Amino acid sequence: MDKFTTLTAVAAPLNVANVDTDKIIPARFLKTIKRTGLGKSLFADMRYNADGSEKADFVLNQEKYRKAQILVAGDNFGCGSSREHAPWALLDFGIRCVIAPSFADIFFNNCFKNGILPIRLPEDVCAKLMDDAALGTNARLTVDLERQVVVRPNGEEFAFNVDPFRKHCLLNGLDDIGLTLEHTAAIDAYEARQPAWQPKIHGA
Amino acid sequence: MPRTLFDKIWDAHVVDRLEDGTCVLYIDRHLVHEVTSPQAFEGLRMAGRKVRRVENTIAVVDHNVPTDADRLKGVNEPESKLQIETLEQNVAEFGVTYFPMSDARQGIVHVVGPEQGISLPGMTIVCGDSHTSTHGAMGALAFGIGTSEVEHVLATQTLLQKPAKNMLVRVDGKLAPGVTGKDIVLAIIGKIGTAGGTGHVIEFAGEAIRSLDMAGRLTVCNMAIEAGARAGLIAPDETTFEYIKGRPFAPQGQDFEAAVAYWKTLPSDEGAQYDKVVVLDAAEIAPEVTWGTNPEAVIPITGTVPNPADEPDEAKRGQMERMLSYMDLKPGQKIAGTKVDVVFIGSCTNSRIEDLRQAAAVAKGKHVAPGVRALVVPGSGLVKKQAEDEGTAQILIDAGFEWREAGCSMCLGMNPDKLTPGQRCASTSNRNFEGRQGPGGRTHLLSPGMAAAAAVTGVLTDVRELI
Repeated sequence: MDKFTTLTAVAAPLNVANVDTDKIIPARFLKTIKRTGLGKSLFADMRYNADGSEKADFVLNQEKYRKAQILVAGDNFGCGSSREHAPWALLDFGIRCVIAPSFADIFFNNCFKNGILPIRLPEDVCAKLMDDAALGTNARLTVDLERQVVVRPNGEEFAFNVDPFRKHCLLNGLDDIGLTLEHTAAIDAYEARQPAWQPKIHGA
Repeated sequence: MPRTLFDKIWDAHVVDRLEDGTCVLYIDRHLVHEVTSPQAFEGLRMAGRKVRRVENTIAVVDHNVPTDADRLKGVNEPESKLQIETLEQNVAEFGVTYFPMSDARQGIVHVVGPEQGISLPGMTIVCGDSHTSTHGAMGALAFGIGTSEVEHVLATQTLLQKPAKNMLVRVDGKLAPGVTGKDIVLAIIGKIGTAGGTGHVIEFAGEAIRSLDMAGRLTVCNMAIEAGARAGLIAPDETTFEYIKGRPFAPQGQDFEAAVAYWKTLPSDEGAQYDKVVVLDAAEIAPEVTWGTNPEAVIPITGTVPNPADEPDEAKRGQMERMLSYMDLKPGQKIAGTKVDVVFIGSCTNSRIEDLRQAAAVAKGKHVAPGVRALVVPGSGLVKKQAEDEGTAQILIDAGFEWREAGCSMCLGMNPDKLTPGQRCASTSNRNFEGRQGPGGRTHLLSPGMAAAAAVTGVLTDVRELI
């Protein structure tokens, strides 16, 4: 997983509430056995016409947002399915940070596993960032994870919260599995004290 | 201190605690399917890791599989075929128990788990699928995870988690005839919204919930995720124990008695505290139907489509207008009488034998309306067989329904069962998102009885007029 420290980039405004995972990546694109290559299908139904041509009014089809690395979004972003294809598609497109007033839990969690930083900020703050994002390449936002601030183009800063453990993992690009395996002795001990009636699934 | 059902299951599974309060949480059951697992097995392989506990793990194909009678001759769609074959290679390589399409036990992962006695009270259950919340009806803490976490559970049999908040949704009183678990959960989501449960585990309680059979309870917990909750839970009781007894993977004999003794300690203690409490009156719940493109956009079948002009919030008004335009509905129109093109009875929400019986009771002696395509997709091969043995299937077939093989089918548009653009579908599934059942498709969520009523009349219909 790539580290996330500081990011200064163009932010794309997507001022829509309840952007669900089927919008982020429709189910027909989940038939892959890889993590990469999903960026072209990101927001497919919002982004392309039925004949595959681009919808000119969709934000990521506008020249100034083609290289956006930050997405400023509406309430309850990422609701719906647990598909990690949603953060994979964002990442493959180049998005490393999503800012919104609220997120669905599973999506929020999945972002951290892929080096994407989801930031919750109050609605009025998101509205200001949405305005900045509307200026395209003229107004880059800076996200500083170490200091836990989003910096507007005018220098104004907004502090955000992030779970200390997740922050540590993102800053260092750490893989959870390696960390958990340090608890193997405790897992062994837990399994040893499971009740005798607890059934096992064996090839049947 | 009095504890909730959630607190008790959580406490019993904490293996270790990190400094910041993150817990290493033990996972008793890991359900695996073809869509969200290939990258996880690949990760294990690249790191040289094994599946820590194959005896806690079960795999099944469901999302991608065709549901036509000829499917054992081969899967035509090359990408689906690759995902299915990849799962088959992975389970063979890592030694995981697997139900392939040719096995009568194959079906939708959230139907198979309870049906086989794999999902049991007091357990932690995960799957790379958000509708894992379904298994909460067994009195288990069950939730959906992403593929990175699938790999994490395969490698360590644990997850790194922080406890959720407790929310109680109590449904008091008795349900009216024709009103089901599906209507209860749609009414709940209508009340609290699609983000109403965010950060919480919802415990469903009250007389109306207690009175549901296991199929109804599974339906309610299935859609807890549609209210944004991490999981849904229903305390295990005699209905639960009776359901579990004798199922293939459940404890048997003395082990069963020991298990029941433990399960009886699980219900929330008197005086346990919840962070949020919501109360509904069952008598006020009618057969429900969604009109928009998220599950909170729901009204009783007797209702009218809301008018965006009545919505003071500008952003919400815009969203309503977009939903009405997508759904091709007019403000103020009666929802009953809306013409449908397709009826889908199936999905992890409503494909159990009890659901199919509800549909058959309505369809018996009638016929699917001209121009309507109606599909019934049993949740598992065993549900299919039971329906065929007892005559439920024949009633539906005689009424003109397609009778298909088990799978996720038209719930999510990633197998051959899809809506075409503009088609309107009365569906017993769980998500009415834009394009969910196929690009441009329009979904109305409702109960199996309501779906059957729509099939035989050709329009959205109050099921109570037909029973």
